[in-house]
Amino acid sequence: MKVAATLKVNGISYPVEIESHLSLLRAVREHVGLTGAKEGCDDSECGACMMLLDGQPVNSCSYLALQAEGREITTVEGLAPPGQLSALQEAFLKHGGVQCGFCTPGMLMSATALLRRSPTPSETEIRTALAGNLCRCTGYEGIVKAVMSAADGNAGQAEAASSAV
Amino acid sequence: MTGSLVVAGNLEEAVQQLAGGARAVAGGTDLVVGARQGKAPLPESLVAIHRLEELRALAEDGDGLRMGALVSHAAIAADPVVRSRYTALADASAIVGSHATRAFGTIGGNLMNASPAMETGGPLLCFGSTVTLRSATGSRGVSLDELFAGPGRTIADAGELLEEVRVPAPAEGTGSAYVRLEYRRQMEIAVVGATAVLRVEDGQVAEARVAITALAPTIRRVPEAEAALVGSDAGGSAVEAAAHAAAAASEPISDVRGSAAYRNAMAEVIGRRAIKAAAARARGEDVPVPATQSYMEV
Repeated sequence: MKVAATLKVNGISYPVEIESHLSLLRAVREHVGLTGAKEGCDDSECGACMMLLDGQPVNSCSYLALQAEGREITTVEGLAPPGQLSALQEAFLKHGGVQCGFCTPGMLMSATALLRRSPTPSETEIRTALAGNLCRCTGYEGIVKAVMSAADGNAGQAEAASSAV
Repeated sequence: MTGSLVVAGNLEEAVQQLAGGARAVAGGTDLVVGARQGKAPLPESLVAIHRLEELRALAEDGDGLRMGALVSHAAIAADPVVRSRYTALADASAIVGSHATRAFGTIGGNLMNASPAMETGGPLLCFGSTVTLRSATGSRGVSLDELFAGPGRTIADAGELLEEVRVPAPAEGTGSAYVRLEYRRQMEIAVVGATAVLRVEDGQVAEARVAITALAPTIRRVPEAEAALVGSDAGGSAVEAAAHAAAAASEPISDVRGSAAYRNAMAEVIGRRAIKAAAARARGEDVPVPATQSYMEV
């Protein structure tokens, strides 16, 4: 039996008609039409499906779409306005944090959540925050460097802001 | 897939749904993930309880700590009161799964899933916690001693929802720690785990609680280990005797994560670490949370 629901993704409300047990990942990919989040393992091991739900990282493959109704869903498409990249995305390009790209949307979402709750994390904090995201290409070095570089950018901004005061 | 999901707007509606045969889902990190892994299909009829804000409270009052069923591992691990006074619980919640698991996984779900390898059960058992089980016809208190019935099973009826966990305040001079054997630092569950809660008075152990995790069909206390510690100075020989008792009380299974023989051998090592870390904290020494990663001394 299908149920009518509204999913708010990246600030836009999408009316959908979905099965009650459908995952958030499938709802967003197949009903909303945003395919940035990927299906890897489909059981919460790999993190390719990572989205933010009210700002918290969620394995969307294993979360029921109807439980996300009335909440803010953020996917990789929502990290920057169309045609632009966030500072973190720029850092991934600069530091070689992307090879095949399949894990990248999930990595970006976990790292975004980290940098929001802890703008200048240590390398250990970064590796811990990304532990639920698997990458088969990079060996993680470029990814960790990218997040550290984005964190350095945050630290620089904080310094500039405090010296401006 | 067919099925139904009702998003409960209040506790009464949730327990009415359970009475009608629905299963509860909060963060989905056990129920939905288990279905994805093929352990058991998702129940046809679900009641989502994530909107019940009244189950999200985490606070200490005169009697101790009170946690609603929906309190997340992230909230527990970050709470300054839990970290300072109920430290073993912070040790446990801090190492559950990944950031995503800790953001959405709840204490109520963790307990009711009743895995013998789950992290928070040992600390809550040793602190003498009780849970409130609520159904459409009433509610009852159950101590953690009685809650677990076997691997993946509790004594709760299908119509009962875990509403709240109460943890009595530890007495002055208490130190506690939960330590697990892990192959990786995140996305892990205990291969072997141990909890120790020690109250030290004038350099002597006045009270001791020790529990083993992933070493028996349910998480359980080890009275022989506790007896070995009480009256001692928590020094070498008492710790050895207690760790040995923890291993002797183990009856582990062999599975993909470890053989029974390996788990038995590691029970002593992990038991020793948990006891030493708890004793160090009882003496006022700084052992950072999570003890699993800050206390590698054998």
